[in-house]
Amino acid sequence: MNTEVYKLGEELDSFNYQEVQDGILAILEKGNNVLLDMTACNYVSSTGLRVLLYSKKVAASKGLNFSLKGVSAEVQDIMSVTGFDGFFDYA
Amino acid sequence: MHRVDIFPTHEYQGLKLRTGRPYPFGATVFGNAVNFSVYSRYATSCTLVLFHNREEEPFLEIPFFPEFRLGNVFSMMVFDLDYENIEYGYRMDGPFQPEEGHRFDKSKILLDPYAKLIAGRDVWGKHPNWDSLYQYRARVVFDDFDWENDLPLETPVNDLIVYEMHVRNFTCGQAAGVKHPGTFAGIVEKIPYLKELGVNCVELMPIHEFDEFENSRISPVDGRQLYNLWGYSNVGFFAPKAAYASSGRFGMQVDELKNLVKRLHANGIEVILDVVFNHTAEGNEQGPYISYRGIDNKTYYMLTPEGYYFNFSGCGNTLNCNNPNVRDMIVESLRYWVSDYHIDGFRFDLAAILGRDQNGNPMSNPPLLESLAHDPILGKTKLIAEAWDAGGLYQVGSFPSWGRWAEWNGKFRDSMRRFLKGDEQVLADVKERIIGSPDLYASQKRGIKASVNFITAHDGFTLMDLVSYNNKHNEANGEDNRDGENHNNSWNCGWEGECDDAGINRLRHQQIKNAITLLMVSQGIPMVLSGDEMGNSQQGNNNAYCQDNEIAWLDWNNLEKNADILRYFKQMIQFRRQHKVLRHDEHLSHTDYRNLGYPDFSWHGVKAWQPWAGYNNLTLAFMLNGQYADNDDFIYVAMNMHWEMHGFELPQLPDGLAWHIFANTGMETPEDIFELGKEPVIENQHEVLVGPRSIIVLVGKG
Repeated sequence: MNTEVYKLGEELDSFNYQEVQDGILAILEKGNNVLLDMTACNYVSSTGLRVLLYSKKVAASKGLNFSLKGVSAEVQDIMSVTGFDGFFDYA
Repeated sequence: MHRVDIFPTHEYQGLKLRTGRPYPFGATVFGNAVNFSVYSRYATSCTLVLFHNREEEPFLEIPFFPEFRLGNVFSMMVFDLDYENIEYGYRMDGPFQPEEGHRFDKSKILLDPYAKLIAGRDVWGKHPNWDSLYQYRARVVFDDFDWENDLPLETPVNDLIVYEMHVRNFTCGQAAGVKHPGTFAGIVEKIPYLKELGVNCVELMPIHEFDEFENSRISPVDGRQLYNLWGYSNVGFFAPKAAYASSGRFGMQVDELKNLVKRLHANGIEVILDVVFNHTAEGNEQGPYISYRGIDNKTYYMLTPEGYYFNFSGCGNTLNCNNPNVRDMIVESLRYWVSDYHIDGFRFDLAAILGRDQNGNPMSNPPLLESLAHDPILGKTKLIAEAWDAGGLYQVGSFPSWGRWAEWNGKFRDSMRRFLKGDEQVLADVKERIIGSPDLYASQKRGIKASVNFITAHDGFTLMDLVSYNNKHNEANGEDNRDGENHNNSWNCGWEGECDDAGINRLRHQQIKNAITLLMVSQGIPMVLSGDEMGNSQQGNNNAYCQDNEIAWLDWNNLEKNADILRYFKQMIQFRRQHKVLRHDEHLSHTDYRNLGYPDFSWHGVKAWQPWAGYNNLTLAFMLNGQYADNDDFIYVAMNMHWEMHGFELPQLPDGLAWHIFANTGMETPEDIFELGKEPVIENQHEVLVGPRSIIVLVGKG
């Protein structure tokens, strides 16, 4: 199984979630794992958190991996206090 | 299959609309539309006002078309909203006739009474724009939190050990050592501490959105800003307080609170919410328009015949709880907190108000209380009443319960405090409290589980202050020490306030241990005030509702300073959890109805089996027979609140069992309490000496 890297921009929120979600799903559709590179990302909104968790669940339903890398301290903190952090593997 | 009713039928200034669904009230996402629905019996028209987040001016106001009204409900669907970036409110038009109860004012923008996410006060203590037209701003909530397999824990009521706490007070103190002080996330960081302490339920003081600036002022005594810290003043009944979430500034308070509940549950700790359905933050005739007053004043508030606000709450207005529509709102709010937040129970502030009719008269079978007692979703939810109100209705022991409601037992607090300080007039009452207050609850067959026992709560002295002050010291509240309870039944042990006298301090610690012992060995649901386990002081302030500073914040340095108190609390809590015989759910018979050789419960005095043998009504002992509780041990407790030492003759145990000592508050740590299972056998099996103002707990086992 191949792993494709998907790079996030500075923010993941309701303004760009559709594009990101479509991009991730397209990789999963091909049967590839996704490594989400969040190095540049400094904010994830409620919508963004749901994009992450939805992607993880779609990947799991296909037997694929969806993992995160380069999670900034700010984003890690948001994910932690809202309880989203525990769902993910971190590369 | 695709739905055929998700197509817009109307358009207004570029936004696509259709007739909404009247139910549920509030803002609900349906596919790519948001359904807005609001009830008002007397409004003549309604407008939906839409803002981009945090913007002062709305970007659009959409009138509800006549065909969008059904009965007294305005509802419409708005398509393709970027709802993460939308705040919404309503304008209501209708009569302004205060003498008739109507206060409509279409110049006001009003919060949805069913708002599930409220922005605008996202950071504690940060002043909003006071001139803003719309200050508490409703948002559309994400309700898809992933609970995995979590559900309310349904811990048997009689097994609960409740820890009453405040989100800010718990972790705002510098020494708390958490990353997110004063927030839900801060509590998560302290879960290991709660677990180690041994409590299995936290009761959170109000966490619904409220205004910390209500009656805010500068203290004339020390110049500090005073807030509404406690939060007994609701803005919304469906939304958590944003400023209690470290992520509130991002609008993520819903997820943060849900995460707290989920994490507490994973550690075996239930969550009870202190809910305030007796009044709102809108105050009296001079108060602000936030929501209810402008949406439908006559429906939401109890009004005098002249149209003024009744004030049974002492806070300016009284929610019209037994109006059928307000009743529905309360029931829906509670269902929502249980189904969406997995809340385990509720403590109802000034609950006696919930039993008053629309004219303020107490009812014998209040429909709201009956609805809650029989509600299907709340079927296993703990319901606890503060069974009095500020209008003089006192219902401890008589709160309408349908077998479902427990009560804060204020008589337990009063009797035990008096006993602790050596009052000779209270023994008969103390005996009732120890056995689960059958005088209050047995005749209605409500059982021991109806009694929530406590000696201290947020309202009043902390336990350390109870043994350190004869009088309240509320000067810092800026009301010349007039506020707060005057009858505290406290005793300072010989000096008013903190002191260096080793003897006095030793006695204070001993009295604290006596108090927690009385609480933990009494039948009923014990409730501990957060911080008492570390000897937290409020410097004699018994009404610290406005002290958002080190007066009310827990000082975690006390963990070290009062390590003996903490150790004693932990052991005593474990003792209760270990011994089922301390946690009966039905009242005791005081007879040996199963012919086991000993009654289930027996009173003793300084002579075994002779409860009348004692000194000045200050000595008392009892024995619990563990055979009546799944073959638990025997437990014997000797209480001596006299200032002299007394010998207590011990009842003889069945063959093969011996008395072991678990606790003796008259001893210095670590001999004051022993580890479970390592209680030393006592040499003299016929008599124990109980020191002045001391309690001894023995375990009878093989």
